Amino acid sequence: MPEKIEVTLTINGETRRGLAEPRLLLADFLRHELGLMGAHIGCEHGVCGACTILIDGRTARSCLHFAVALDGAVIDTVEGLAGPDELHPIQEAFHQNHALQCGYCTSGFLLTTLEFLRRNPDPDEDEIRRALTNNLCRCTGYTNIVKAVAEAAAALRAAD
Amino acid sequence: MKPAPFSFCAPGDLAGVLEALAANGEDGRILAGGQSLVPLMNLRLVRPEMLISINRCSELDYLRLEGDSLVCGALVRQARAEESDLVQEECPLLAMALPYVGGQANRNRGTICGSLAHGDPLAELSAAALVLDGEMRIAARDGQRTVAAEDFFLDGLTTALQPGEMLAAVAFQRQGGDERSAFLEMGNREHGFAVAAVATRLGMVGGRCEFARIAMLGAGPTARRIRAAEEILTDSEVDDAAIERAVTAAHDIIEAPSDLHADGEFRRHVLTTLLERALRQAMAGE
Repeated sequence: MPEKIEVTLTINGETRRGLAEPRLLLADFLRHELGLMGAHIGCEHGVCGACTILIDGRTARSCLHFAVALDGAVIDTVEGLAGPDELHPIQEAFHQNHALQCGYCTSGFLLTTLEFLRRNPDPDEDEIRRALTNNLCRCTGYTNIVKAVAEAAAALRAAD
Repeated sequence: MKPAPFSFCAPGDLAGVLEALAANGEDGRILAGGQSLVPLMNLRLVRPEMLISINRCSELDYLRLEGDSLVCGALVRQARAEESDLVQEECPLLAMALPYVGGQANRNRGTICGSLAHGDPLAELSAAALVLDGEMRIAARDGQRTVAAEDFFLDGLTTALQPGEMLAAVAFQRQGGDERSAFLEMGNREHGFAVAAVATRLGMVGGRCEFARIAMLGAGPTARRIRAAEEILTDSEVDDAAIERAVTAAHDIIEAPSDLHADGEFRRHVLTTLLERALRQAMAGE
Protein backbone atom coordinates (compact mmCIF):
# COMPACT_ATOMS: atom_id res chain seq x y z
CA MET A 1 0.00 0.00 0.00
CA PRO A 2 1.53 3.36 -0.98
CA GLU A 3 2.41 5.60 1.95
CA LYS A 4 0.21 8.42 3.08
CA ILE A 5 1.36 11.89 2.09
CA GLU A 6 0.82 15.08 4.06
CA VAL A 7 -1.49 17.54 2.30
CA THR A 8 -1.97 21.19 3.20
CA LEU A 9 -4.94 23.03 1.77
CA THR A 10 -6.50 26.41 2.44
CA ILE A 11 -10.15 25.55 2.93
CA ASN A 12 -12.71 28.30 3.37
CA GLY A 13 -9.86 30.60 4.39
CA GLU A 14 -8.34 28.28 6.99
CA THR A 15 -5.17 26.25 6.65
CA ARG A 16 -6.00 22.58 7.04
CA ARG A 17 -3.59 19.64 7.05
CA GLY A 18 -4.23 15.96 6.71
CA LEU A 19 -2.73 12.69 5.58
CA ALA A 20 -3.90 11.14 2.34
CA GLU A 21 -3.15 7.97 0.52
CA PRO A 22 -2.54 8.91 -3.14
CA ARG A 23 -5.81 7.38 -4.32
CA LEU A 24 -7.90 9.36 -1.80
CA LEU A 25 -10.29 11.59 -3.72
CA LEU A 26 -10.59 15.21 -2.63
CA ALA A 27 -14.27 14.57 -1.89
CA ASP A 28 -13.35 11.79 0.56
CA PHE A 29 -10.50 13.83 2.03
CA LEU A 30 -12.90 16.69 2.77
CA ARG A 31 -15.57 14.44 4.18
CA HIS A 32 -13.61 11.81 6.10
CA GLU A 33 -10.30 13.45 7.00
CA LEU A 34 -11.53 16.98 7.60
CA GLY A 35 -15.18 16.39 8.55
CA LEU A 36 -16.56 18.75 5.89
CA MET A 37 -19.67 16.90 4.79
CA GLY A 38 -21.08 19.57 2.45
CA ALA A 39 -19.70 18.13 -0.78
CA HIS A 40 -21.80 15.06 -1.54
CA ILE A 41 -20.71 12.07 -3.56
CA GLY A 42 -23.15 10.96 -6.21
CA CYS A 43 -21.81 9.35 -9.36
CA GLU A 44 -18.07 9.41 -8.61
CA HIS A 45 -17.18 9.97 -12.23
CA GLY A 46 -17.82 13.64 -12.78
CA VAL A 47 -21.33 13.53 -14.20
CA CYS A 48 -23.75 14.52 -11.44
CA GLY A 49 -22.12 17.62 -9.93
CA ALA A 50 -23.12 16.86 -6.31
CA CYS A 51 -19.46 17.07 -5.21
CA THR A 52 -18.78 20.46 -6.83
CA ILE A 53 -16.39 22.67 -4.87
CA LEU A 54 -14.14 25.59 -5.89
CA ILE A 55 -10.44 25.07 -6.54
CA ASP A 56 -8.52 28.35 -6.75
CA GLY A 57 -11.84 30.15 -7.20
CA ARG A 58 -13.29 28.00 -9.98
CA THR A 59 -15.75 25.14 -9.84
CA ALA A 60 -14.38 21.62 -9.97
CA ARG A 61 -15.57 18.10 -9.26
CA SER A 62 -14.04 16.98 -5.98
CA CYS A 63 -14.56 13.35 -7.07
CA LEU A 64 -12.19 13.91 -10.02
CA HIS A 65 -9.24 15.17 -8.00
CA PHE A 66 -6.78 13.46 -5.72
CA ALA A 67 -6.08 15.35 -2.52
CA VAL A 68 -2.33 14.75 -2.85
CA ALA A 69 -2.27 16.45 -6.25
CA LEU A 70 -3.78 19.64 -4.82
CA ASP A 71 -1.28 20.29 -2.02
CA GLY A 72 -1.18 24.08 -1.54
CA ALA A 73 -4.46 24.78 -3.35
CA VAL A 74 -7.20 27.12 -2.17
CA ILE A 75 -10.50 25.23 -1.78
CA ASP A 76 -13.92 26.65 -1.06
CA THR A 77 -16.81 24.43 -0.05
CA VAL A 78 -20.47 25.08 0.69
CA GLU A 79 -19.59 25.37 4.40
CA GLY A 80 -17.77 28.62 3.60
CA LEU A 81 -20.66 30.33 1.83
CA ALA A 82 -22.10 31.93 4.97
CA GLY A 83 -21.69 31.91 8.76
CA PRO A 84 -23.35 29.18 10.87
CA ASP A 85 -26.52 31.17 11.56
CA GLU A 86 -26.93 32.93 8.25
CA LEU A 87 -27.65 32.12 4.64
CA HIS A 88 -25.80 33.36 1.59
CA PRO A 89 -28.19 35.16 -0.82
CA ILE A 90 -28.00 32.13 -3.14
CA GLN A 91 -28.93 29.81 -0.26
CA GLU A 92 -31.72 32.17 0.77
CA ALA A 93 -33.12 32.14 -2.78
CA PHE A 94 -33.03 28.32 -2.90
CA HIS A 95 -34.81 28.24 0.47
CA GLN A 96 -37.49 30.74 -0.58
CA ASN A 97 -38.19 29.03 -3.90
CA HIS A 98 -38.31 25.45 -2.64
CA ALA A 99 -35.36 24.72 -4.90
CA LEU A 100 -34.37 21.67 -2.89
CA GLN A 101 -36.16 18.65 -1.58
CA CYS A 102 -33.77 15.96 -0.39
CA GLY A 103 -30.87 18.41 -0.68
CA TYR A 104 -28.34 15.89 -1.93
CA CYS A 105 -27.51 17.88 -5.07
CA THR A 106 -27.90 21.31 -3.47
CA SER A 107 -24.36 22.15 -2.42
CA GLY A 108 -23.19 21.46 -5.96
CA PHE A 109 -25.90 23.67 -7.39
CA LEU A 110 -25.04 26.45 -4.94
CA LEU A 111 -21.36 26.53 -5.90
CA THR A 112 -22.08 26.20 -9.61
CA THR A 113 -24.46 29.15 -9.22
CA LEU A 114 -21.86 31.14 -7.27
CA GLU A 115 -19.32 30.88 -10.10
CA PHE A 116 -21.96 31.44 -12.78
CA LEU A 117 -23.33 34.64 -11.23
CA ARG A 118 -19.82 36.03 -10.79
CA ARG A 119 -19.37 35.69 -14.53
CA ASN A 120 -22.88 36.61 -15.53
CA PRO A 121 -24.65 38.73 -12.89
CA ASP A 122 -27.80 39.29 -14.97
CA PRO A 123 -28.58 36.07 -16.82
CA ASP A 124 -31.76 35.20 -18.69
CA GLU A 125 -33.55 31.88 -18.16
CA ASP A 126 -31.86 30.20 -21.08
CA GLU A 127 -28.42 31.13 -19.79
CA ILE A 128 -29.32 29.83 -16.33
CA ARG A 129 -30.47 26.50 -17.74
CA ARG A 130 -27.27 26.16 -19.74
CA ALA A 131 -25.15 26.96 -16.69
CA LEU A 132 -26.90 24.25 -14.66
CA THR A 133 -26.78 21.60 -17.36
CA ASN A 134 -24.03 19.59 -15.68
CA ASN A 135 -25.65 19.39 -12.25
CA LEU A 136 -28.32 16.75 -11.78
CA CYS A 137 -31.30 16.95 -9.44
CA ARG A 138 -33.43 13.85 -9.08
CA CYS A 139 -36.34 15.05 -6.95
CA THR A 140 -37.23 18.76 -6.97
CA GLY A 141 -36.82 19.16 -10.68
CA TYR A 142 -35.26 22.18 -12.24
CA THR A 143 -38.06 24.74 -12.47
CA ASN A 144 -37.66 26.00 -8.93
CA ILE A 145 -33.89 25.85 -9.11
CA VAL A 146 -33.92 28.07 -12.19
CA LYS A 147 -36.28 30.48 -10.40
CA ALA A 148 -33.99 30.51 -7.38
CA VAL A 149 -30.92 31.32 -9.46
CA ALA A 150 -32.74 34.21 -11.14
CA GLU A 151 -33.84 35.51 -7.74
CA ALA A 152 -30.35 35.11 -6.30
CA ALA A 153 -28.95 37.07 -9.24
CA ALA A 154 -31.40 39.90 -8.55
CA ALA A 155 -30.58 39.85 -4.82
CA LEU A 156 -26.84 39.93 -5.46
CA ARG A 157 -27.23 42.78 -7.95
CA ALA A 158 -29.31 44.74 -5.44
CA ALA A 159 -26.67 44.18 -2.75
CA ASP A 160 -23.88 45.53 -4.94
CA MET B 1 -16.17 3.36 -7.05
CA LYS B 2 -12.75 4.28 -5.75
CA PRO B 3 -9.56 3.99 -7.77
CA ALA B 4 -7.18 1.10 -7.26
CA PRO B 5 -4.09 1.98 -5.18
CA PHE B 6 -1.22 3.74 -6.94
CA SER B 7 1.93 5.67 -6.11
CA PHE B 8 2.16 9.38 -6.74
CA CYS B 9 4.83 11.90 -7.57
CA ALA B 10 4.73 15.55 -8.59
CA PRO B 11 8.10 16.62 -9.99
CA GLY B 12 8.80 20.35 -10.09
CA ASP B 13 10.04 20.45 -13.66
CA LEU B 14 9.64 18.72 -17.01
CA ALA B 15 12.98 16.92 -16.70
CA GLY B 16 11.77 15.30 -13.48
CA VAL B 17 8.48 14.30 -15.08
CA LEU B 18 10.26 12.68 -18.03
CA GLU B 19 12.64 10.88 -15.68
CA ALA B 20 9.67 9.48 -13.74
CA LEU B 21 7.93 8.48 -16.98
CA ALA B 22 11.05 6.67 -18.19
CA ALA B 23 11.43 4.89 -14.86
CA ASN B 24 7.82 3.65 -14.88
CA GLY B 25 7.29 2.74 -18.51
CA GLU B 26 3.82 1.43 -19.24
CA ASP B 27 2.88 1.63 -15.54
CA GLY B 28 3.22 5.42 -15.39
CA ARG B 29 0.52 7.88 -16.40
CA ILE B 30 0.59 11.66 -16.56
CA LEU B 31 -1.91 13.57 -14.42
CA ALA B 32 -2.75 17.07 -15.60
CA GLY B 33 -6.37 18.13 -15.02
CA GLY B 34 -7.54 14.53 -14.63
CA GLN B 35 -10.92 15.15 -16.25
CA SER B 36 -10.55 12.21 -18.63
CA LEU B 37 -8.22 9.97 -16.64
CA VAL B 38 -9.74 10.11 -13.15
CA PRO B 39 -13.25 8.96 -14.19
CA LEU B 40 -11.64 5.91 -15.79
CA MET B 41 -9.55 5.32 -12.66
CA ASN B 42 -12.63 5.64 -10.42
CA LEU B 43 -14.37 3.05 -12.58
CA ARG B 44 -11.18 0.94 -12.44
CA LEU B 45 -11.05 0.79 -16.20
CA VAL B 46 -7.52 2.20 -15.89
CA ARG B 47 -5.10 1.25 -13.11
CA PRO B 48 -1.79 3.09 -13.39
CA GLU B 49 0.78 2.07 -10.80
CA MET B 50 2.40 5.48 -10.78
CA LEU B 51 0.63 8.76 -11.33
CA ILE B 52 2.99 11.56 -12.34
CA SER B 53 1.46 14.97 -11.78
CA ILE B 54 2.65 17.81 -14.01
CA ASN B 55 0.74 20.37 -11.95
CA ARG B 56 3.94 21.74 -10.39
CA CYS B 57 5.60 22.30 -13.76
CA SER B 58 4.91 25.98 -14.33
CA GLU B 59 7.20 25.79 -17.37
CA LEU B 60 4.41 23.83 -19.13
CA ASP B 61 1.80 26.52 -18.47
CA TYR B 62 2.21 28.74 -21.51
CA LEU B 63 0.19 29.90 -24.45
CA ARG B 64 2.35 31.79 -26.93
CA LEU B 65 2.98 32.60 -30.57
CA GLU B 66 5.92 30.98 -32.35
CA GLY B 67 6.09 32.03 -36.00
CA ASP B 68 2.97 30.70 -37.72
CA SER B 69 1.86 28.74 -34.66
CA LEU B 70 -0.07 29.26 -31.48
CA VAL B 71 1.64 26.92 -29.04
CA CYS B 72 -0.14 25.56 -26.02
CA GLY B 73 1.88 23.90 -23.25
CA ALA B 74 0.72 20.77 -21.45
CA LEU B 75 -0.60 22.61 -18.40
CA VAL B 76 -2.87 25.09 -20.20
CA ARG B 77 -6.36 24.49 -18.89
CA GLN B 78 -9.25 24.57 -21.34
CA ALA B 79 -11.08 27.40 -19.57
CA ARG B 80 -7.98 29.58 -19.66
CA ALA B 81 -7.60 29.01 -23.41
CA GLU B 82 -11.31 29.67 -23.91
CA GLU B 83 -10.97 33.03 -22.16
CA SER B 84 -7.72 33.97 -23.88
CA ASP B 85 -7.69 36.88 -26.35
CA LEU B 86 -4.76 35.22 -28.09
CA VAL B 87 -6.86 32.12 -28.86
CA GLN B 88 -9.83 34.23 -30.00
CA GLU B 89 -7.65 36.26 -32.34
CA GLU B 90 -5.20 33.67 -33.65
CA CYS B 91 -7.26 30.46 -33.69
CA PRO B 92 -10.96 31.35 -33.71
CA LEU B 93 -11.82 27.75 -34.66
CA LEU B 94 -10.27 26.56 -31.39
CA ALA B 95 -12.23 29.21 -29.51
CA MET B 96 -15.42 27.93 -31.17
CA ALA B 97 -14.70 24.31 -30.22
CA LEU B 98 -13.71 24.86 -26.59
CA PRO B 99 -17.15 25.70 -25.15
CA TYR B 100 -18.36 22.26 -26.26
CA VAL B 101 -15.72 20.47 -24.15
CA GLY B 102 -17.35 19.03 -21.02
CA GLY B 103 -18.95 21.44 -18.57
CA GLN B 104 -17.51 24.56 -16.98
CA ALA B 105 -16.21 22.60 -13.98
CA ASN B 106 -14.41 20.20 -16.33
CA ARG B 107 -12.90 22.96 -18.46
CA ASN B 108 -11.70 24.80 -15.36
CA ARG B 109 -9.40 21.87 -14.62
CA GLY B 110 -8.98 19.87 -17.83
CA THR B 111 -6.09 20.72 -20.15
CA ILE B 112 -5.95 20.97 -23.92
CA CYS B 113 -3.04 18.55 -24.19
CA GLY B 114 -4.67 16.16 -21.72
CA SER B 115 -7.78 15.87 -23.85
CA LEU B 116 -5.67 15.30 -26.95
CA ALA B 117 -3.45 12.70 -25.26
CA HIS B 118 -6.48 10.84 -23.94
CA GLY B 119 -7.69 10.40 -27.51
CA ASP B 120 -11.42 10.05 -26.96
CA PRO B 121 -12.94 9.42 -30.41
CA LEU B 122 -15.48 12.21 -29.85
CA ALA B 123 -13.14 14.79 -28.32
CA GLU B 124 -13.83 18.21 -29.83
CA LEU B 125 -10.19 19.24 -29.50
CA SER B 126 -9.04 16.37 -31.72
CA ALA B 127 -11.14 17.76 -34.58
CA ALA B 128 -9.78 21.25 -33.86
CA ALA B 129 -6.21 19.91 -33.94
CA LEU B 130 -6.86 18.29 -37.33
CA VAL B 131 -8.25 21.39 -39.04
CA LEU B 132 -5.63 23.67 -37.47
CA ASP B 133 -2.84 21.43 -38.84
CA GLY B 134 -1.81 20.67 -35.27
CA GLU B 135 1.73 19.62 -34.54
CA MET B 136 1.97 17.39 -31.49
CA ARG B 137 5.19 17.99 -29.59
CA ILE B 138 6.06 14.80 -27.80
CA ALA B 139 8.72 14.67 -25.12
CA ALA B 140 10.57 11.76 -23.53
CA ARG B 141 13.69 11.53 -21.36
CA ASP B 142 15.82 10.60 -24.33
CA GLY B 143 14.56 13.18 -26.79
CA GLN B 144 11.67 14.90 -28.48
CA ARG B 145 9.71 14.32 -31.64
CA THR B 146 6.80 15.93 -33.38
CA VAL B 147 3.87 14.14 -34.95
CA ALA B 148 1.24 15.73 -37.18
CA ALA B 149 -2.23 15.65 -35.63
CA GLU B 150 -3.36 13.52 -38.53
CA ASP B 151 -0.88 10.81 -37.58
CA PHE B 152 -1.49 11.14 -33.84
CA PHE B 153 -5.01 9.75 -33.38
CA LEU B 154 -4.72 6.07 -34.22
CA ASP B 155 -7.91 4.60 -32.78
CA GLY B 156 -10.33 5.20 -29.91
CA LEU B 157 -8.21 6.06 -26.83
CA THR B 158 -5.09 5.16 -28.80
CA THR B 159 -2.59 7.77 -29.91
CA ALA B 160 0.95 7.74 -31.25
CA LEU B 161 2.28 8.28 -27.71
CA GLN B 162 4.58 5.47 -26.61
CA PRO B 163 5.35 4.41 -23.02
CA GLY B 164 7.73 6.98 -21.53
CA GLU B 165 6.41 9.77 -23.76
CA MET B 166 4.10 12.66 -23.00
CA LEU B 167 2.42 15.33 -25.05
CA ALA B 168 4.41 18.36 -23.89
CA ALA B 169 2.70 20.89 -26.18
CA VAL B 170 0.54 21.27 -29.25
CA ALA B 171 1.16 23.86 -31.94
CA PHE B 172 -1.95 25.05 -33.79
CA GLN B 173 -1.56 26.90 -37.07
CA ARG B 174 -2.49 30.57 -36.69
CA GLN B 175 -5.51 31.49 -38.77
CA GLY B 176 -5.26 34.38 -41.21
CA GLY B 177 -7.74 37.25 -41.26
CA ASP B 178 -9.48 36.04 -44.42
CA GLU B 179 -10.21 32.59 -43.06
CA ARG B 180 -13.75 31.46 -42.30
CA SER B 181 -14.39 28.96 -39.52
CA ALA B 182 -17.25 27.07 -37.95
CA PHE B 183 -17.58 24.34 -35.35
CA LEU B 184 -20.96 22.64 -34.91
CA GLU B 185 -21.89 19.76 -32.68
CA MET B 186 -24.92 17.69 -31.86
CA GLY B 187 -25.34 15.60 -28.74
CA ASN B 188 -28.20 13.91 -26.98
CA ARG B 189 -28.16 16.82 -24.61
CA GLU B 190 -26.37 20.12 -24.73
CA HIS B 191 -22.89 20.02 -23.19
CA GLY B 192 -22.98 16.25 -22.97
CA PHE B 193 -20.90 13.89 -25.05
CA ALA B 194 -21.04 14.59 -28.76
CA VAL B 195 -22.94 12.30 -31.09
CA ALA B 196 -21.34 14.04 -34.04
CA ALA B 197 -19.48 17.26 -34.77
CA VAL B 198 -17.97 19.08 -37.72
CA ALA B 199 -15.07 21.54 -37.81
CA THR B 200 -14.52 23.59 -40.97
CA ARG B 201 -11.87 26.09 -41.91
CA LEU B 202 -11.84 27.84 -45.27
CA GLY B 203 -8.99 30.06 -46.50
CA MET B 204 -10.71 32.58 -48.79
CA VAL B 205 -8.87 34.77 -51.29
CA GLY B 206 -10.88 37.02 -53.59
CA GLY B 207 -14.06 34.96 -53.31
CA ARG B 208 -12.30 31.67 -53.94
CA CYS B 209 -11.36 29.04 -51.42
CA GLU B 210 -7.59 28.67 -51.45
CA PHE B 211 -7.56 25.83 -48.96
CA ALA B 212 -10.16 23.91 -47.00
CA ARG B 213 -9.93 21.83 -43.85
CA ILE B 214 -12.87 19.73 -42.75
CA ALA B 215 -12.81 17.32 -39.82
CA MET B 216 -15.59 15.24 -38.34
CA LEU B 217 -16.25 13.49 -35.04
CA GLY B 218 -18.41 10.39 -35.29
CA ALA B 219 -17.39 9.64 -38.87
CA GLY B 220 -14.94 6.88 -38.00
CA PRO B 221 -13.00 5.42 -35.05
CA THR B 222 -11.25 8.76 -34.40
CA ALA B 223 -11.62 12.36 -35.51
CA ARG B 224 -10.83 12.40 -39.22
CA ARG B 225 -10.21 14.78 -42.08
CA ILE B 226 -12.75 14.59 -44.89
CA ARG B 227 -10.37 15.13 -47.78
CA ALA B 228 -12.86 14.39 -50.56
CA ALA B 229 -14.97 17.34 -49.44
CA GLU B 230 -11.92 19.55 -48.92
CA GLU B 231 -10.76 18.88 -52.47
CA ILE B 232 -14.10 19.88 -53.97
CA LEU B 233 -13.99 23.25 -52.21
CA THR B 234 -10.32 23.97 -52.90
CA ASP B 235 -9.78 26.45 -55.76
CA SER B 236 -13.53 26.88 -56.01
CA GLU B 237 -16.12 29.40 -55.03
CA VAL B 238 -18.03 28.24 -51.96
CA ASP B 239 -21.49 28.61 -53.45
CA ASP B 240 -24.61 26.45 -53.11
CA ALA B 241 -23.49 24.04 -55.83
CA ALA B 242 -20.02 23.53 -54.35
CA ILE B 243 -21.46 23.03 -50.88
CA GLU B 244 -23.88 20.43 -52.21
CA ARG B 245 -21.09 18.55 -53.97
CA ALA B 246 -18.88 18.67 -50.87
CA VAL B 247 -21.69 17.35 -48.68
CA THR B 248 -22.39 14.50 -51.13
CA ALA B 249 -18.71 13.58 -51.22
CA ALA B 250 -18.58 13.54 -47.42
CA HIS B 251 -21.74 11.42 -47.22
CA ASP B 252 -20.13 8.73 -49.37
CA ILE B 253 -17.04 8.29 -47.19
CA ILE B 254 -18.40 8.67 -43.67
CA GLU B 255 -18.07 5.42 -41.74
CA ALA B 256 -20.20 6.31 -38.77
CA PRO B 257 -20.12 3.84 -35.90
CA SER B 258 -23.29 2.74 -34.12
CA ASP B 259 -23.46 2.89 -30.35
CA LEU B 260 -25.81 3.50 -27.46
CA HIS B 261 -26.26 7.15 -28.43
CA ALA B 262 -26.91 6.92 -32.17
CA ASP B 263 -26.85 4.37 -34.92
CA GLY B 264 -24.51 4.79 -37.84
CA GLU B 265 -27.07 5.86 -40.40
CA PHE B 266 -28.48 8.54 -38.11
CA ARG B 267 -24.99 9.80 -37.36
CA ARG B 268 -24.21 10.02 -41.05
CA HIS B 269 -27.37 12.04 -41.61
CA VAL B 270 -26.48 14.36 -38.74
CA LEU B 271 -22.91 14.79 -39.99
CA THR B 272 -23.90 15.76 -43.51
CA THR B 273 -26.48 18.21 -42.15
CA LEU B 274 -23.91 19.70 -39.78
CA LEU B 275 -21.39 19.98 -42.61
CA GLU B 276 -23.80 21.90 -44.80
CA ARG B 277 -24.70 24.23 -41.92
CA ALA B 278 -21.06 24.67 -40.93
CA LEU B 279 -20.02 25.65 -44.45
CA ARG B 280 -22.88 28.14 -44.72
CA GLN B 281 -22.22 29.53 -41.26
CA ALA B 282 -18.50 29.89 -41.98
CA MET B 283 -19.20 31.74 -45.23
CA ALA B 284 -21.78 33.97 -43.57
CA GLY B 285 -19.19 34.77 -40.92
CA GLU B 286 -21.75 34.36 -38.16
